[in-house]
Amino acid sequence: MTYLIAFFFVGICIGPVAYIVIGGFRSNSQIIRDPAGFPSPWEGTNYLSVLQSEIFWRQMGNSAISALATTAGVVVLGVMASYVLARYEFKGRTALYSLFAAGLMFPMTVAITPLYILVRELGLMNSLPGIILPQIAFALPTTIIILVPFLRAIPKELEEAAAIDGASRLGFFFRMVVPLSLPGVITTGILAFIASWNSYMLPLFILNDETAYTLPLGVQAFAAQYSVDTARVLAFTSLSMIPALIFFSLFERRIVGGLTGAVKG
Amino acid sequence: MSDSLGENTLTKTSPEGRSRSGGGAVTAPPPVRRGRRKGPDWRKHAEIALLSGPAVLMFLAFVIFPVIMAAYYGFYRWKGFGPPTEFVGFDNYLAIFRDSTFHDALLHNGFIVVMSLVLQGPAAIALALLLNQRMRGRSLVRVLIFVPYVVSEVIVGTGWSLMLRTTGAFNALLENIGLESLQVDWLANPDVALWSLMMIITWKYIGFAVILFLAGLQSIPEELFEAAAIDGASYWQIQRRITLPLLGPTIRIWAFLSIIGSMQLFDLVYIIWGQYVAATAGTSTMATYMVVNGRNAGNYGFGNAVAVVLFLISLVVALVYQRYVLRRDTEGALTEGKKK
Repeated sequence: MTYLIAFFFVGICIGPVAYIVIGGFRSNSQIIRDPAGFPSPWEGTNYLSVLQSEIFWRQMGNSAISALATTAGVVVLGVMASYVLARYEFKGRTALYSLFAAGLMFPMTVAITPLYILVRELGLMNSLPGIILPQIAFALPTTIIILVPFLRAIPKELEEAAAIDGASRLGFFFRMVVPLSLPGVITTGILAFIASWNSYMLPLFILNDETAYTLPLGVQAFAAQYSVDTARVLAFTSLSMIPALIFFSLFERRIVGGLTGAVKG
Repeated sequence: MSDSLGENTLTKTSPEGRSRSGGGAVTAPPPVRRGRRKGPDWRKHAEIALLSGPAVLMFLAFVIFPVIMAAYYGFYRWKGFGPPTEFVGFDNYLAIFRDSTFHDALLHNGFIVVMSLVLQGPAAIALALLLNQRMRGRSLVRVLIFVPYVVSEVIVGTGWSLMLRTTGAFNALLENIGLESLQVDWLANPDVALWSLMMIITWKYIGFAVILFLAGLQSIPEELFEAAAIDGASYWQIQRRITLPLLGPTIRIWAFLSIIGSMQLFDLVYIIWGQYVAATAGTSTMATYMVVNGRNAGNYGFGNAVAVVLFLISLVVALVYQRYVLRRDTEGALTEGKKK
């Protein structure tokens, strides 16, 4: 019974994704004849034509660059700030923490129009830094809220021992804290990567030039441009989700573990 | 890259902030060893500034500053070029509150908030309880149910709109299993479209709820269940008396995230229904209203006013929720933070 329900639920979750992936192996005439059927025969031409198109790889590259840069920025800035919030005693620490926590209530939707104007004033329209910098800033609250409990959990004795051995607080940070907080760091890094990979609203405002598009915009433009060629749209769509899926399945355990830590903390 | 950028800007910041919002930009040049004679306190503050400064600056520049600017622009009629000059006071806000398409969008948002909680919550708790049992392939199941959450909104939107169009796979599937009578135009029919949106939202985000609840369940000590079982409690008694209360904090945090997410919903609607159809199909949200009437129409002042309204509504909801629901969960964290 348990297995039946679980199987059914998984089927619902996977069905639409499978429809996209499998639909890419069909031809348009197959799709028109029976929209819900399986490929017969399987056709690789859609996938091949997408893989051979220059625009797909350009957009894949743009997505990869902005996701990696966002992840690196979020992790570096997030670990440093969380370390201060977790392990330094100073006036205004609560205020600083609240400032970042309040950031959870400022989703990009609210700030998008002035953000667009700000990026335009900075001369970063149609460039990847124009989406990377805001993405780092908007990913910081989640990162800090997940990381602070992780860093706080590092035993005080460890810090004292390191101090006795002559390590400064910064030395302790680089030699002990960074390695010990790796699970939390990986969790937040993956969340930032996936959020950037999937981000739609910000690129929609900032990137107007098709050569600067990231994949989400690319998928939408492709779907509009080839709206009659359903099979090719499906192939393009399924290829564009692969990196995020791979990234996620590699680190699934870490994400669940990281969320556990955050919920407990 | 962004790290070094942050540090460079840090040295340029004016001395302030420590007394104001606490330790972000402290009055210190970059810490070098020669400052030692001033004692460890000086060094500590320098370290605090060095470590937290870049993050604080990024956050202030790209999150707080735009939000403040939205409030400022909202008082102007402004096409987005040059400095705004045409001050119109609360005209933009009056226009928003008189616009019936905004009322519709607000209603849709309310519907989405409530239905997300009603549809996802109980189902996700039940599924988490189910998947928390020892079973073969549990970790694989956990990966698979998270897939819709990981897939981007654009892909979900593109995929579902292809499936749900009248000649799409969904109607064909209904025909294949003999339910032709249920076939409708899932996306354009105003009676159905909002429910189609709810179906897609539930599909996309329920995996996140399940994973969150599973994480919460796993943090409940095993001994509690054992002790209850020894005392003769049945499976359902254990779930009702132990699991659900202890899962409370997780459920409340999930509900908070879900409410905020529903209020800000933009991507899926904009991708599936586009900028013109959402209003007629009855799926427009405050955020799509903002983009369509603000940026797309070139009325940046008006768009910012909508953003402010959207923000204030979310803020009020969030504050009320935190005051009355989340209070007991955050009490511990706050008192801990207040220690000086």
